[in-house]
Amino acid sequence: MERRREDRQDGGSGWEPRIIGFLCQWCSYTGADNAGTARIQYPPNVDVIKVMCSGRVDPELVLAALARGADGVLVLGCHPGDCHYISGNHKTMVRMPLVRSVLRDFGIEEGRFRHDWVSAAEGEKFARVVAEMTEEVRRLGPLRWPQRLQESGFRTCAAPAPCGEAVR
Amino acid sequence: MSANSRKRIAVFWASSCGGCDISLLEIGPRLLDVAAAADIVFWPCATDFKYHDVEKLPDGSIDVCLFNGGVRNSEQHEVALLLRRKSRVLVAYGACAADGGIPALANLVSRRAILDAVYHANLSTDNPAATEPRPLCAAPAGELHLPEFYGQVYRLCDVVDVDHVLPGCPPQAERVWETLKALLDGQAPEAGADGRVGCSPRTVCDECPREKKLVRVEAFRRHHEFRPEPGWCLLEQGLLCMGPATRGGCGALCIRADMRCEGCYGPPAGVADQGASMIGALSGVLDPASEEKAYALVSQIPDPAGTFYRFSLPSGLLKARRQDGGNP
Repeated sequence: MERRREDRQDGGSGWEPRIIGFLCQWCSYTGADNAGTARIQYPPNVDVIKVMCSGRVDPELVLAALARGADGVLVLGCHPGDCHYISGNHKTMVRMPLVRSVLRDFGIEEGRFRHDWVSAAEGEKFARVVAEMTEEVRRLGPLRWPQRLQESGFRTCAAPAPCGEAVR
Repeated sequence: MSANSRKRIAVFWASSCGGCDISLLEIGPRLLDVAAAADIVFWPCATDFKYHDVEKLPDGSIDVCLFNGGVRNSEQHEVALLLRRKSRVLVAYGACAADGGIPALANLVSRRAILDAVYHANLSTDNPAATEPRPLCAAPAGELHLPEFYGQVYRLCDVVDVDHVLPGCPPQAERVWETLKALLDGQAPEAGADGRVGCSPRTVCDECPREKKLVRVEAFRRHHEFRPEPGWCLLEQGLLCMGPATRGGCGALCIRADMRCEGCYGPPAGVADQGASMIGALSGVLDPASEEKAYALVSQIPDPAGTFYRFSLPSGLLKARRQDGGNP
């Protein structure tokens, strides 16, 4: 694991895709558990963040992950109709297509962002989605957004207010 | 306002439309108070001082500099550095200096694509020699210099440190006057936790007189298609009102005139990305029963990035389109 994290940083031949996965705790996180207990093999490239509901994944989290160095973002939630909170994933259904269209305008390939539905029983589907996405992001290569921002000379503090040293 | 020690004011326009300069005049007869208290040492829109006049001033001798516009080229960058050196208080004035503004939507296309469109591809362009502006070129009279056209539009705070940020397109006259009066009195204008002045930390919805009926939006509509019902939330009527993701301070001016909020005051306090905030807000008024319906609904939104980031692209998290690869 440590070796892999080092490899990620050099951006060269040892590069491995780094994908941030937001998983709802009721279905998809349990689905990932299911894949683990069933000993299904899948790539270790998704860093999983457990959230209460996929409807809780603010689009800002997706953009922040990419802006801070992720090569891809995966959002997994309960199937429509199965939401623990009844309509939480309806919010995901509206947000994620919009996030996708905004990412397209920034020149970020569609394959770097995926949202899908994984139930608690779908360990195999979880492993398949992770494997597919890892391969797709590996094919696309490193995104390097923090380096892009730095090379372009943008100041990257959170608020455009009085702060710190100018970059340019 | 004390008139015994005269202040020095400078106003500059960079990558902007000139509306900010006009918004200064909107403070009306109080301009006479400004004239009584201060000398204008530089204002390209209204006076005839040149850059070398500013260069001759001692460093830190301008009491208040109102800088409007973003930074698109090397000339604007140089003047920003110059005015920073000469000014005690530098204010990023208006949406473009604060958040990039409308000119920064150009960050969604590459520098190359802009030059191609303007100098070659436009139907009205007649340029058989395929001339393009160059920073340096030899002419019979000697070397000619032009400012370098940068790859992106920057906010003022990307290139120099700023003391205050006064957002708005343009900033509203009352807010301008409050801020200017405090600065001329030598006081710090009232600022929110994130240092922005002349605005509210909360959203436009906070100032909006319209009420929600808590109904779901079935379809998006545009202004030419219908007349909005008075007193009812524009977003719920299907207009893409940016109010929920936009900082207040304007008093919901546009909304009171039946126009949707376009988002000119930038993101509210605590929001890092205005576009993401609007996408988040939309899910509260749309409630599709199926995934297909969700896609159909959101595909009615023309130009999502241009709508959600109309005034704040470089203030968001991603800031500019990548210049290599990606989707066309």
